[in-house]
Amino acid sequence: MMEAKSFQLFPEAASTIAGSVDGLYAFLVLVSAFFSLLIAFLVVFFAYKYRHRPGVAFKPEPVDDHSAGGMLLEIVWTGIPLGLSMIMFVWGVSIYFSEARPPANSMEVYVTGKQWMWKIQHMEGAREINELHIPVGRNVKLTMTSEDVIHDFFIPAFRTKADVLPGKYTTEWFQATKVGQYHIFCAEYCGTKHSGMIGTVYVMSQADYNTWLGAGSGEGSMAEQGQALFNQLGCGNCHSNAVNLNGRCPNLNGLYGSKVDLKDGGSVKADEAYIRESVLYPQSKIVAGFDDYMPTFKGLITEDGMLKLIEYVKSLGAKNGSINSATSAPVQTGDSPQSKAKPQGKPMAAPVAAAPAGNR
Amino acid sequence: MITATATEKETKNYLNAEHGLKSWLLTQDHKRIAILYLIAVSVFFMVGGLMAVLIRLELATPAGDLLDSNTYNKVFTMHGVVMIFFFLIPSIPAILGNFLLPLMIGAKDLAFPRINLLSWYVYMLGGLFGVFVLITGGVDTGWTFYTPFSTTYSNGYVVMTAMAAFINGFSSILTGLNFIVTVHRMRAPGLTWFRLPLFVWAHYATSVIMILGTPVIAVTLFLLMLERGLHIGFFDPAYGGDPVLFQHLFWFYSHPAVYIMILPSMGVVSEVISTFCSKKPFGYTFIAFSSLAIAVFGFLVWGHHLYVSSQSAYAGMVFSILSYIVAIPSAVKVFNWAATMYKGNVRLETPMLYALGFIGLFTIGGLTGLFLAAMGLDVHLTDTYFVVAHFHYVMVGGAVMGYLAGLHFWWPKMFGRMYPQAWSKIAAGLTFVGFNLTFFPQFILGYLGMPRRYHVYPPEFQVFNVLSSAGASILGLGFLIPGIYFFWSLKNGEPAGPNPWGATGLEWQTASPPPTENFPITPVVTAEAYDYTEILSANAKEVTHVG
Repeated sequence: MMEAKSFQLFPEAASTIAGSVDGLYAFLVLVSAFFSLLIAFLVVFFAYKYRHRPGVAFKPEPVDDHSAGGMLLEIVWTGIPLGLSMIMFVWGVSIYFSEARPPANSMEVYVTGKQWMWKIQHMEGAREINELHIPVGRNVKLTMTSEDVIHDFFIPAFRTKADVLPGKYTTEWFQATKVGQYHIFCAEYCGTKHSGMIGTVYVMSQADYNTWLGAGSGEGSMAEQGQALFNQLGCGNCHSNAVNLNGRCPNLNGLYGSKVDLKDGGSVKADEAYIRESVLYPQSKIVAGFDDYMPTFKGLITEDGMLKLIEYVKSLGAKNGSINSATSAPVQTGDSPQSKAKPQGKPMAAPVAAAPAGNR
Repeated sequence: MITATATEKETKNYLNAEHGLKSWLLTQDHKRIAILYLIAVSVFFMVGGLMAVLIRLELATPAGDLLDSNTYNKVFTMHGVVMIFFFLIPSIPAILGNFLLPLMIGAKDLAFPRINLLSWYVYMLGGLFGVFVLITGGVDTGWTFYTPFSTTYSNGYVVMTAMAAFINGFSSILTGLNFIVTVHRMRAPGLTWFRLPLFVWAHYATSVIMILGTPVIAVTLFLLMLERGLHIGFFDPAYGGDPVLFQHLFWFYSHPAVYIMILPSMGVVSEVISTFCSKKPFGYTFIAFSSLAIAVFGFLVWGHHLYVSSQSAYAGMVFSILSYIVAIPSAVKVFNWAATMYKGNVRLETPMLYALGFIGLFTIGGLTGLFLAAMGLDVHLTDTYFVVAHFHYVMVGGAVMGYLAGLHFWWPKMFGRMYPQAWSKIAAGLTFVGFNLTFFPQFILGYLGMPRRYHVYPPEFQVFNVLSSAGASILGLGFLIPGIYFFWSLKNGEPAGPNPWGATGLEWQTASPPPTENFPITPVVTAEAYDYTEILSANAKEVTHVG
């Protein structure tokens, strides 16, 4: 917990990954302490034992470090550190891979960084600033982008962070293990109020979380908001979900997660980055069988809005059904062959949490 | 400059060979150019140190009560820029390397004396740009200049600061070029490669990094200036660029630059430990080749700065394993230094105290690098105070302790005078204690999660910050005292004589201070390096493997 501890040597561990990070840390502390003390002991011991004695003639023994003994020493003190460091390498990689890859059943939350605040959107439509409410014991995947410079979403109690980049989506995931409040820090220097770009994760019981989500304001789910934006921007005039109007634009049903064949012969996986690129830079990847017809929507849509559009496209069905099955709130478009039933509990928006008050 | 005392006969040396400002500003003598660098680098060290004082004062309390956020950001940026580009990188090579390299190989000067003088003027020009930025309002990008913050969003003189570092880079390149040619072409007769002092090996390896790495940072900073000034898109996605590309280019130089700072220190420490143990360094060839190994592998590890920057996990794995491999030669050196003391004639004179301090602090600095190379752990640690503590252990605990060891070791050679031994030992002790008190708490702060570059921080981090600030005041004293007694010694120190420490290198076989031409007769080398038998038997008389 973050409140009122004036002195601590070790941070709170509140995620499933924290224990394994702490384990590797402990191993490295032990190895480092051993070698630091060994070197310190040798240096102090030799400095005393072989100290210069005034009046006593010093006769150096002829040095032959190419002798068998010398070579053996060099091999030993090259080999042991090499072996130990390979253990550290493998251990570090294995933790990294579990940190870097969100489990398939994660609930999704969207994060937009901006000088100097964190904007958070939940699938169900709840929005908050500098606060993140999540349920305990569930895998949470953050999909993050920045409106301006590079930020970094860091939760020390969860032992994880990831850079938040403009023009790109990065992900971060965790499963909280303890109900409580924990710091969010921006860890990549981002300008004047970098140290004010902090917030709080509220880890709640599932019941409390449901209550929190339920106190909604009725803006609709992210996908519903995305659909509104979709209509407002006139996307549906070409990307009709009913039929391929006159074959001008690809159908978006079942697009997310599928492999898209391109006009130039290549192919691309339809992920968040591809959808974003296709809206902002439609010329860069033309779908096979279509022409360079779509205008750019650069400047007409915010990063937050883009995330809503992506969520809408996802709600039109995904090739890989597991991607957002846990929490998605698909919109009943009536024509989506793969649209799933709404999850229990009406998707609702929670009130936007505190304004960026902590942003000093 | 220095005049001889009444008891001493006036002998011509490089200091009194000519007089007047012009004789210094237009000199081509590598020793005088080294003194010019010493003065300029010391001034920059004081500027950077003043910034550090402001940082530690501000961080003594969690609130931002001394400086406002913009000023704080400018202060830590200038601290980094000045200390890295204008102090650490030139300190040992341009001062001690410049002074000693020709002396150590029995040459009269570097291969290109005019280029050597040019390098100082280029350095000063870069420095003037830096000073201009400092006076006119500063810059708030951090010394890393990350895009698109630096190119699009920063307040302050980004282009001028980048220009300062850009120009300064050419001074590094010129120095590196000069050293490489000098070592290849100008060794005294009989001075084969494996008779070279380890200081020379270390500077050779450093020079290779300087001439291969520095052009990359020059190009990178140039692209940065183009994007900032002319909005040509390389790094900002708003112009179609890639912000992570900048990080790759930046660290391709800036990681090897760490070895530019630390390798010369390792060279100094090898000399000092050998001398004060009266023993050839254990594993001479291993130490020599480990310098080259570090220079080569140091170029292949830059991606370990980018584990959380959206870099591919597989690329990260390659960088991680190479980072572990580059750590091995450093470990080999530390073990060899310790082994050199075994059955040695250990004298704890001031340079030796600094060198032993170096071993302790560099060991901790190196070992904590292993934490940051471990991918899964680095995700938690990167961009926290753990990183700040780690690189200060390497750069201050390593590079600066080595620099001070070298300055105390060769000061009698450079100026012909001794400094007060008691004071210098006190200063060495204060530096070691103050350093640890300043930076060790920052490891704990980092693991607790305190991000770096935070002007304001949550109150639970205050205890360790107060410890750190307290340590910094001791460390500051440790740096101040040598400044005073070095200055004092110029006129008042005991005459040193040619070889006050009983050392073996060629530089100790000429007068202190050396004559302009270094050696009256070109020496001929007939023995291995670090052969102490004659020195020990002749008890510090002039030695004879000089023909």
